[in-house]
Amino acid sequence: MVNNDVKDALKGGFPIFIGYVPPAIAFGILAKSCDITLLESFLFSAVVFAGASQFIALNLLMTGMGPGGIILTTLLVNFRHFLMSAYLSTQIREMAKRYIFLIAFGVTDEVFSVLSFSKRKLTKAFVFILQLSAYSGWVSGTIAGYVLGGFLPEILTKSMGIALYSLLLAILLPELKTSAKAVCLVIASGILNTILIKLDLLPDGWNIIVCILVIAFAGSFFISPEPKALKQKKQGEKMHG
Amino acid sequence: MDNIMLLILGMATVTYVPRLAPFFLIGSNKLPKKVGAFLKCIPVAAIGALIIPGVFNAVPDEPLAVVCGMGFAALIGIWRGGIIIPVIGSVATTYLVLLLLA
Repeated sequence: MVNNDVKDALKGGFPIFIGYVPPAIAFGILAKSCDITLLESFLFSAVVFAGASQFIALNLLMTGMGPGGIILTTLLVNFRHFLMSAYLSTQIREMAKRYIFLIAFGVTDEVFSVLSFSKRKLTKAFVFILQLSAYSGWVSGTIAGYVLGGFLPEILTKSMGIALYSLLLAILLPELKTSAKAVCLVIASGILNTILIKLDLLPDGWNIIVCILVIAFAGSFFISPEPKALKQKKQGEKMHG
Repeated sequence: MDNIMLLILGMATVTYVPRLAPFFLIGSNKLPKKVGAFLKCIPVAAIGALIIPGVFNAVPDEPLAVVCGMGFAALIGIWRGGIIIPVIGSVATTYLVLLLLA
């Protein structure tokens, strides 16, 4: 059983690792060019552990913005994880309270995505190893970028940029194959996000929050999701009736 | 304790608290049906917006490489499923296309 936890976690964790390394290297390089020390760069990735907001923080720092403004921006940018944790909390209810402090720390977009579509039981070994793969990619990439600079060939770095997207697609496909509703919601969410980005009215990070709220609300309203067993039971009744 | 250390601490706090709070707010409470249905739709809604439109610029200024890379992931994903092979394959495909275009 433990072996399966490890195997399944690495299957999801390795692609996240691959996807995190290139942006983490870029962060390390950027941090160095902003006169941030190696220790501080490490702490950014190791303690904050939130991709986009770390880049935004460096940019704002360079414009001369004070900590207060940057921290507020970070809150806005990362608030989407509130919704993701809300979902995850319904999935790992039976897990002991003391583990949620660690699990909550590792709730990133990609970890959330893998966890939410995982068909297996979310044991603590599975969740922790998955999160550790993501974390180690992000932290080690940051240090490598800071110390070594752009050591990977440019074409390889560029191609690795596709990994996080193909990961999300691979996670989603089994659901899309079986549920027309999922297809509709994914496309609707993508279109709404595109429109919101074009309009450019909301602060960083809030386009996706609006997408999640609107699309999940629409999804819950129009077609109520049913547990599989219930669905099959109903279909059975229909066939007999 | 200089400015940067304070900044890191502040950023860590405002990132961590929203990630942690729902586990306490929702915890083991029984949720109304409507809220449960809403929460169930969050993953699909979130991933849709995480992919689109970002994917179109996944490899900046190389749309053909993106189409081939994602196309490979989609084909393998539909045909065989799994995560590792679609992801590694998409990176390899993108790499080859970039090599050929260079």
